[in-house]
Amino acid sequence: MSIKATLLAGAATALALWAGFAAAQATHPVTGEALAADQTFTYRILDDFPSIDPGVAEDVSGGEVIRDLFEGLMNQDAEGNLEPGVATGYTLSDDKLTYTFTLRPEAKWSNGEQVVAGDFVYAWRRAASPELASPYSWFIELMSIENASAVIAGEMPVDALGVSAPDDLTLVVKLTTPLPYFPQMTTHFTTFPVLESNVTEFGDEWTAPGNMIGNGAYTLTERVSQERLVRVRNPMYWDNANTIIETVVTLVINDENQALTRYLAGELDRTEIPSGQYPRLLAEYPTEALSFPVLCSYYYNVNLTETGPAALQDVRVRQALSMAIDRDIIVNNVLAGGQVPAYTLTHWATAGWEVPVPAAAAMTQEERNAAAQALMAEAGFGPDGEALTFEILYNTSEAHQQLATAIGQMWKTTLGVEVTLANQEWQTFLDARGSQQFELARAGWCGDYNEPSTFLDIVTTASGYNDSKYSNPELDALMAEAKTSENPMPLYLQAEAIIDDQLPIIPVYHYASVYMLNDAIKDWPINNVQQNWYSRDIYKVAE
Amino acid sequence: MYSYILRRLLVAIPTILVLIVLSFALMFAAPGGPFNAERPLPPDVMANIQARYGLDQPYWKQMFDYTWKVVTQFDFGPSFKYRDRSVNDIIAQGFPVTLVYGSWAFVVAVTFGLGLGILAAIRQNTWLDYLAVGVAIGAQVLPGFVLAPILVLVFTYWLDLLPGGGWNGGQWQYVIMPVIALSTGYLASIARIMRSSMLEVMNSGFIRTARAKGLPMRRIIWRHAMKPALLPVLSYLGPAFVGMITGSVVIDVYFSTGGIGQFFVNSAFHRDYSVIMGITILVGVLTILFNLVVDLLYAWIDPKIRY
Repeated sequence: MSIKATLLAGAATALALWAGFAAAQATHPVTGEALAADQTFTYRILDDFPSIDPGVAEDVSGGEVIRDLFEGLMNQDAEGNLEPGVATGYTLSDDKLTYTFTLRPEAKWSNGEQVVAGDFVYAWRRAASPELASPYSWFIELMSIENASAVIAGEMPVDALGVSAPDDLTLVVKLTTPLPYFPQMTTHFTTFPVLESNVTEFGDEWTAPGNMIGNGAYTLTERVSQERLVRVRNPMYWDNANTIIETVVTLVINDENQALTRYLAGELDRTEIPSGQYPRLLAEYPTEALSFPVLCSYYYNVNLTETGPAALQDVRVRQALSMAIDRDIIVNNVLAGGQVPAYTLTHWATAGWEVPVPAAAAMTQEERNAAAQALMAEAGFGPDGEALTFEILYNTSEAHQQLATAIGQMWKTTLGVEVTLANQEWQTFLDARGSQQFELARAGWCGDYNEPSTFLDIVTTASGYNDSKYSNPELDALMAEAKTSENPMPLYLQAEAIIDDQLPIIPVYHYASVYMLNDAIKDWPINNVQQNWYSRDIYKVAE
Repeated sequence: MYSYILRRLLVAIPTILVLIVLSFALMFAAPGGPFNAERPLPPDVMANIQARYGLDQPYWKQMFDYTWKVVTQFDFGPSFKYRDRSVNDIIAQGFPVTLVYGSWAFVVAVTFGLGLGILAAIRQNTWLDYLAVGVAIGAQVLPGFVLAPILVLVFTYWLDLLPGGGWNGGQWQYVIMPVIALSTGYLASIARIMRSSMLEVMNSGFIRTARAKGLPMRRIIWRHAMKPALLPVLSYLGPAFVGMITGSVVIDVYFSTGGIGQFFVNSAFHRDYSVIMGITILVGVLTILFNLVVDLLYAWIDPKIRY
């Protein structure tokens, strides 16, 4: 063997050893599972992000990206519980109005600078400033931060906002009213820090790949509108040692059936299951088709103003309509994706919520139908009384149409109520519903935080989403009291009892998330009902 | 001829202005606005946003300011929906994508459409003719939203040959299916127009003369029949080309190409006023331009037409 050949052979052996070493390295540090060589997570979203600027973003899919690129004071774990983020913890003053967060010194921006309390102060002021005009500035107001409303209205300068940084590692927040779920709200992207020098340097372009400096587990490398967004692991992230996924790719695919085909062809690790296809996919891919609760409720608004039908003013008619809906058929036959029949506005999986069982929920559908017929007759409508015709308004979508058709059919068969369907595209629909140009209108609500008041506030008089225009001082008082109560749950139960009795809205079902998820992806937080997931928490095992 | 071109371009200016006014009127007539959301914004927040985008101004002023900026600075304004991008950014990103797959689709449609049409005409009433006509009719009745999922099912899911969507900077693998899906319908139309006009020309007196002189068939078709037969096809190609390069929402939606067609349709749904206007003006200008090009080509093909 010549020297050259010997060297080559030696190099080859070394290479083989190194490769073997590298392969042996690729196991999960805790579970010991063999990890896939390619740690890329690719998932589908429906539409492009309106923004990935934490102060401006407003949608769920933008939030998913921002949680990877930035990190707030607190994070959520796989169950949705709070865990430390940039803050290691917080203390609350005795009057429950001042939160003091302690920041971890090792937290860094992707350019190596330390994340300081002043970055949070800047970001929160920025989010509230009239100059930025963020559609989510109301979130700062919702957090009850001192002077938030006045700052947003432009009546006070931004530095009047009740947030300050006595030193680099201490952030003090002053509230106007005690808010038990305030720490939960710091997991929301609107409260994430932003680096002032970065925004000043690039202006509106600061969120572009190459410009953006974040403090999250990933940095932005590619963004093509309506096509893709790519982010790769950030070596500067303080907990980078525990990150496993190297690259996260978001693909915009408008058509969900097309996305499903591409998932089945192996191009995606996650995609939504189109309505009604869950049972078939579960049978074919039992380890990949998933359904789990997500904090959203589906209901019908009832127009209670004079622009609505007079018959709907009669509470007996509303009760009859609600009881005549066979919710089991809706969730099992129409939606078929693990959704749950709703008799309450608050989603059943909301934290700390013990779901009440209203009288109607305990009956069989036959009993409900009989009760509904009796109520209708009593109100003077139905077969022996005045004939009723209602219009159900919904935003154009096959799923809403199927539901309205089914419900209309149930009302016709059980109560003799004629139903016409009307659909409008989204913006027109919002306009019509918001100005009470409807009789019954479809609505859906997703919780902003994991607590019943995020749902129950909808039916208070002051709520901007109270499209039924229901007003009940008793309910308003209950919800106001709950804000500062030690134990608000009994108050929430009372509020639900009023809704169940008065039915200003007719609950239909509680949402479930229905996904196809590559079974090589592990630790997906299916128990986090807000579906706040972080790419750094998941990993991909070798198949 | 130059004065003709100049005249046409001058006429284009008021045409575009009328287009702007009409689009603005239709836009404001549609209910809703870009910032209407599921959860209505608090009045203060809404006021801040409206002020930022100048939506608190009267309609005529918004329209005037907009047009002024477009004309003087070529600035189509910020997108209302996509906060960190301007309309110029959106067009700069989406239009090249559409231009690439649209141009290829045009080349494919014209090449195969003309070929199929000529073949059918000169072999009239043979199996070739029936096949060509059959293919053309089949392709024409097959809408893009049916063809696109079928292509993905076959080439991505079954055969695993091509990626099921995306653009990836325009790599060839990503371009093939959009081009097939987009060109098919146009190809069919071109084939049918070409076939009937070719038949008409082949039955005319000067072709009969050429045949009587004993000219070979190939020469008759290429030298004598081709040019006059192209005239009706040409009047179809102008708008077809603009249609292809300004995007198809079906292609963009099913293949996630990020092209301009999808932005156009989405902007209407989102009431993203500035994006609607930007793309409307782009399509308007291109339509005017290519109609002019077609008219000039007419003069080249048909000696009877002179400007």
